Amino acid sequence: MEPGLVDLSRLQFALTALYHFLFVPLTLGMSFMLVIMEAVYVMTDRPIWREVTRFWGKLFGINFVLGVATGLTMEFQFGTNWSYFSHYVGDIFGAPLAIEGLMAFFLEATMVGVMFFAWDRLSKVAHLVVTFLVALGSNLSALWILVANGWMQNPVGAEFNPDTMRMEVTDFVAVLLNPIAQAKFVHTVSAGYVVASVFVLGVSAFYLLRGRFTAVASRSMTVAAAFGLAASLSVVVLGDESGYALTDNQKMKLAAIEAAWHTEPAPAGITLFGLPDFETRTTRYAVELPWLLGLIATRSLDGQVAGMSELVLKAQERITSGVLAYDAVERLKKAPADAAARVQFEQHKRDLGYALLLKRTLEDPRRATQQQIAAAAWDTVPDVPLMFWSFRLMAFIGFAMIALFATAFVLCSLRRHTTARWFLKCAVFALPLPWIAVELGWIVAEMGRQPWAIDGVLPTFLAPSSLSRTQLWITLFGFTALYGGLAVIEVRLMLAAIRSGPHAADHDAPAPNGAPAHPLAV
Amino acid sequence: MSFFDTETLRFIWWALLGVLLVAFAMTDGYDLGVGALLPFVARTDNERRMVINTIGANWEGHQVWFILGGGAIFAAWPLVYAVSFSGFYLAMFVVLAALILRPVGFKYRSKRADPAWRARWDWALFVGGFVPALVFGVAVGNVLLGVPFRFDTDLRVFYVGSFFGLFSPFALLCGLLSVAMLVMHGSGWLAMKVEPGVVHRRARLSGRVAALASLVLFIAGGAWVAWGDIGYRIVGAVDHAGPSNPLRTTVEAASGAWLANYAAAPLTLLAPVAGMAGVLLALLGNIARRERLAFAGSAVAVAGIVATVGVSMFPFILPSSADANSSLTLWNASSTGHTLGIMLAVTVVFLPLILLYTAWALRVMRGRVTQHDLTVNPDLY
Repeated sequence: MEPGLVDLSRLQFALTALYHFLFVPLTLGMSFMLVIMEAVYVMTDRPIWREVTRFWGKLFGINFVLGVATGLTMEFQFGTNWSYFSHYVGDIFGAPLAIEGLMAFFLEATMVGVMFFAWDRLSKVAHLVVTFLVALGSNLSALWILVANGWMQNPVGAEFNPDTMRMEVTDFVAVLLNPIAQAKFVHTVSAGYVVASVFVLGVSAFYLLRGRFTAVASRSMTVAAAFGLAASLSVVVLGDESGYALTDNQKMKLAAIEAAWHTEPAPAGITLFGLPDFETRTTRYAVELPWLLGLIATRSLDGQVAGMSELVLKAQERITSGVLAYDAVERLKKAPADAAARVQFEQHKRDLGYALLLKRTLEDPRRATQQQIAAAAWDTVPDVPLMFWSFRLMAFIGFAMIALFATAFVLCSLRRHTTARWFLKCAVFALPLPWIAVELGWIVAEMGRQPWAIDGVLPTFLAPSSLSRTQLWITLFGFTALYGGLAVIEVRLMLAAIRSGPHAADHDAPAPNGAPAHPLAV
Repeated sequence: MSFFDTETLRFIWWALLGVLLVAFAMTDGYDLGVGALLPFVARTDNERRMVINTIGANWEGHQVWFILGGGAIFAAWPLVYAVSFSGFYLAMFVVLAALILRPVGFKYRSKRADPAWRARWDWALFVGGFVPALVFGVAVGNVLLGVPFRFDTDLRVFYVGSFFGLFSPFALLCGLLSVAMLVMHGSGWLAMKVEPGVVHRRARLSGRVAALASLVLFIAGGAWVAWGDIGYRIVGAVDHAGPSNPLRTTVEAASGAWLANYAAAPLTLLAPVAGMAGVLLALLGNIARRERLAFAGSAVAVAGIVATVGVSMFPFILPSSADANSSLTLWNASSTGHTLGIMLAVTVVFLPLILLYTAWALRVMRGRVTQHDLTVNPDLY
């Protein structure tokens, strides 16, 4: 493999995934908010709610297409850029992606066209059902993607087969009911609901501040306040839930997030602030709250939270054992019937991935010295300062969102939400925050998984396709230019649609003589 | 799940791969064809809006056949997924870039009335239709020729060809056939879905030209396969239920081997016959102004032509021209029987549902798009 190829492949995946994830959370949440708004319309039969639904539906549509367009890249990127990964775990990892298509995305994509085009071709209830199916499809889609992602974080129900040189499924139900996947699903879709709620809240606040479209804005805000409060509580509570699961499966990620260099006596404290330093393996200027981490992570006063140094020692043992598995696989390659090698493989197979960590510097892990094994063991620690800060900023925004929606909910209940200007300003300024939080969430989850592509199974540096750097530079440049251009266009259309407001929603198309229907368009 | 043995499951998943590709070509195929035709059959903004709105509500669902194709190949044929998409790396990027333009083009074109803005998106929609149609055909041509890749003992794949090496004369012929076939299918759709008038006339004309081109190119491709130096065959016995390891098969290049299945099992000739009969039916229907008949004909043609490729190569899926023994076949490139069984169960439940609601969505949007609709219906693009 060419030097630098791994980093370029990772950069491209990160850019395309983070970009895709600018649009997806809004789709996840807005689709359900549209269901709520349209349900109110169907139940009350008041035209204003139809206007509300159609207006937000229009903004939903502008966002939706980019989610779909950039999702195309994601579906194929494992094959184009991570072909060894695809071969190595395709037997397990491919299934949730295929089921996502069969069960979820087909439904969402088929119904979204009907939702936009068939307002006058369907009964009110039938149209509401279609809108609901769009929401159901998009959220089920997230479920299957997160089953796949959850398996990368916690690869249950599979083992390596030396005859095919890949991981193969042993227990599909375990893959499906993977606790990490479930926690991730709830946390991620809730985050999507928060994004959508902040979007609706912020845009409505903007209208109320300007005194425009107040009928639509005031009603939209009440929906956003209630939906957002529930969602923001759910994100934080169920984010905690995934922290809890970390203790079994991803102790290292938790230790890095907390900059816990050593195992502390239980119950461990939580570090609010500090400067983690990898060289000295200490956190300077640490401000700690006692007990809290132990309580959150182990749900007990006496459970220990493992520190990085101790986890590295454990990794060292697993590398040593993994080298024996690697040796057995090499012997089985030459003689598949070698019974002694088969026995040795069975004994050490769960550590095979750890031996592969040595391949970063060594062609043959069997030649590794103790020092090389010790050095490779420290490779299992992700980027500590990045984890530490990304997590803190994300969590801070999470709590700020709860405060925002609690305020919104109280003001809406008191019917003061249209006049409290300080609050309306806060709501407008809050607009970018949830996007920052979801992108940081991706960074915590996926950078925290490093150095593994599949936790404990396949190191990231072995996973890419054997491409040339030139090829990577071409596509990196191409995607950046294409995505950059589309981002500019999207934001401008979104702003134009917001500026022209709800009443233009029904006059999207130009008049027959070609004159613009709404002169405010950009 | 233990209903079928691994050998049977591999065969079923080979057939399902065909079903997916045919469904993609039959549904999104006409959307691609309509995109490729857009600047030519429609000149004014109103004409173009009419064309776009014939597919505006349903193309997005159809495109999922392509996405599902990616997912299903990943799940059932992980080595095929790994080798083909990394091997065709830059070609795949070109296809993705073109397809990314499509959703955006449909949605954003109507957001502004500025003619320059709309003209740019019209060309984006053209690229989003024409380029994938061409590259898919070129890719299939290369698969028939054999793709230059080899494995090491870890089953890591190395591609040793170049991007421009993909565009050999035979592969280009396949690319043109793909464009012709999808343009024929798209013309048939337009003739059914726009009101009589200038666009309708142009669509019928392009349908006739594309049908003739499809027929000629399909026959030329067949002749090339018969007499050109193309084809591979497996040497010796193969364990149809053995482990999915391509390094355990012996394969050799053999001229004319892609026709061996037709001699061995004459019923398979149905595939190319359906391809040609479908084209003729599309042509006849077009001339006789029987629009549904013409569209059914082009649908049969698309299915027949795609099936011909699969049947000719059986049991190969992706032969290697650099190292024949690295070739991927039905028997050495699949997921485990366990995964194939689970995926089959899921497919048996959801595929009929998909067909059902796709048909329903098309029914909701039934009828021709008229100039009148464009002026009164605010939901149209």
